[in-house]
Amino acid sequence: MRPQSVGWLFLAPTLLILAVFGVLPFIYVLVVSFFDWNSFAADPTMRFSGVQNYRDLVFDTGFLMSLWNTLKFGVFAVASEIVLGYFLAQLFMRNFPLKGFFRTIHTLPLMIAPVAVGATWRLMTVPGLGPIPYYLDRWFGYDYLISRYAGQAFLTTVVMDVWHWTPLVTLTLLAALSSMPKEPFEQAQIDGANKLQTFWYVTLPLLKPAILSAVFIRLMDAMRTVDEVWMLTGGGPAAATRYVGLYIWRVVFPKTDYGYGSAMSLITLYLTIVLCWLLYAGLVARRDLRKPE
Amino acid sequence: MKRDRKGLSLTFWLFSSLITLFPIYWMFCVSAKSRVELFGAPTFLIRSFFSENYWATLTNTSFQGYMFNSIVIATSNALLVTTLSLFATYALSRYKLSGKENIFFWTITNRMAPPAAFLLPLFLLYTQVFVVGDWKMFDTRIGLILLYCVFNLPFAIWTMRGVVDAIPQELDEAAFVDGASTWQVILHVILPLARPGLAVTAILTWVFAWNEYLFAATLTSVHARTITTGLAEFVTVTGTNWGQMAATAMLTLIPAIIFLSLVQKHIVAGLTFGAVKG
Repeated sequence: MRPQSVGWLFLAPTLLILAVFGVLPFIYVLVVSFFDWNSFAADPTMRFSGVQNYRDLVFDTGFLMSLWNTLKFGVFAVASEIVLGYFLAQLFMRNFPLKGFFRTIHTLPLMIAPVAVGATWRLMTVPGLGPIPYYLDRWFGYDYLISRYAGQAFLTTVVMDVWHWTPLVTLTLLAALSSMPKEPFEQAQIDGANKLQTFWYVTLPLLKPAILSAVFIRLMDAMRTVDEVWMLTGGGPAAATRYVGLYIWRVVFPKTDYGYGSAMSLITLYLTIVLCWLLYAGLVARRDLRKPE
Repeated sequence: MKRDRKGLSLTFWLFSSLITLFPIYWMFCVSAKSRVELFGAPTFLIRSFFSENYWATLTNTSFQGYMFNSIVIATSNALLVTTLSLFATYALSRYKLSGKENIFFWTITNRMAPPAAFLLPLFLLYTQVFVVGDWKMFDTRIGLILLYCVFNLPFAIWTMRGVVDAIPQELDEAAFVDGASTWQVILHVILPLARPGLAVTAILTWVFAWNEYLFAATLTSVHARTITTGLAEFVTVTGTNWGQMAATAMLTLIPAIIFLSLVQKHIVAGLTFGAVKG
């Protein structure tokens, strides 16, 4: 009555689009990464060069620095988002007037285009126009200039990311908190556990899968941040906020060094997968622990 | 004492909302001020609404084109994605297809890849491979519409899977017994019941497509430019017109704000795809 072929027919368009626009570029980039190919070079044809592109990458300090900065950015931003997101999610579990209204406001940054987020923060930090440099100077005599000081630029990108993406963490954890069973908490109360003990021994283990998937999603996103940072700092000062996506897009791409750019793209993809795999391994380990009950 | 806590919580939420809204409010302030007002101490009150920045963007013919492109691309993509995801999730949910769970997981991996890693191959494919005679996929709206499926389809499939799975199989079995075709079952049984989920999915995919910048900036040059690329153009030009940039940015977030207030209640389930199942 229900032949499999009809099912495949329904899936076919989806699989076709994903294959052509998702898998094909991946295969293409894999092939090109083994070639020396630069359309601006004296010889603009593709020449097979083996792993030369990958060998060059290891010594490309610009690339390694941008990887390191990306990782630092990801860790700082995601850690702050998890802490802040958990705190807000816990508060949203309580009942208070105008809850829906406040939740809408706290979800708003999530819906804004990254380019517009970058534009917003640029308007806040531009000297002579933005309130941040103005009031920091006036109230604290603090010299804030992200086009000059690398540390400030880095921190500003982190704060911007936290502003933009904490809502996602809050929503994820809120969903997990609302679907949590009540019994373990009642049991803990009967056993006389204090708030800290309850948090450590009951809430945290129960929430671990949700926290891990929030970290998982956010870290992947942070590792590929491009548009927001591009709008805010343009990757500067010098290369302080030139994260890896920006590096590929703004440095390698315009040079039309296709082979090298492909190798770099693949390494970035590979590192993202490794990071996610490590996190996923953590998730699975947690599941095995929970099963016996 | 209880009253004190209520007051405290209200104060906290007001303060927290203030921080959340401040960057957007400041952008609105900049967009509503004339050039002269912008210089000098930053003020957070708008004495008179200076609408010239908005008119400058709205009457600029290239910006009208960008906005038109964005609307066409986001709408077509959302329609395409919701339609395809309904079929795909129906197949995944109702048929015994070998390896379907693997396919289901594979779809989401398409969303994980960093877009920057795919800029180069896509650029090459669009300019040199996807070419028919004089026609190139580069700088076309259809190119972006199809490409956005790569990150929107997995999201839609993951959210729609739960929706379609939740519709009792007995309902379509009953329809089959009454002599309905598969097509009629999807149209008259599944579609009406999946409508709320479909609406949320459509709105979120619309917003994601509207917000996209990197691919739009790389894979278009003149004809298919979108509003986000138009916004980014303000930054690279020397002597930025801050007021107009703020006004344009405000225009890009109006649809997001409207849609958010529409789907606010359902968004928790929609945005956390799979996270809760974990």
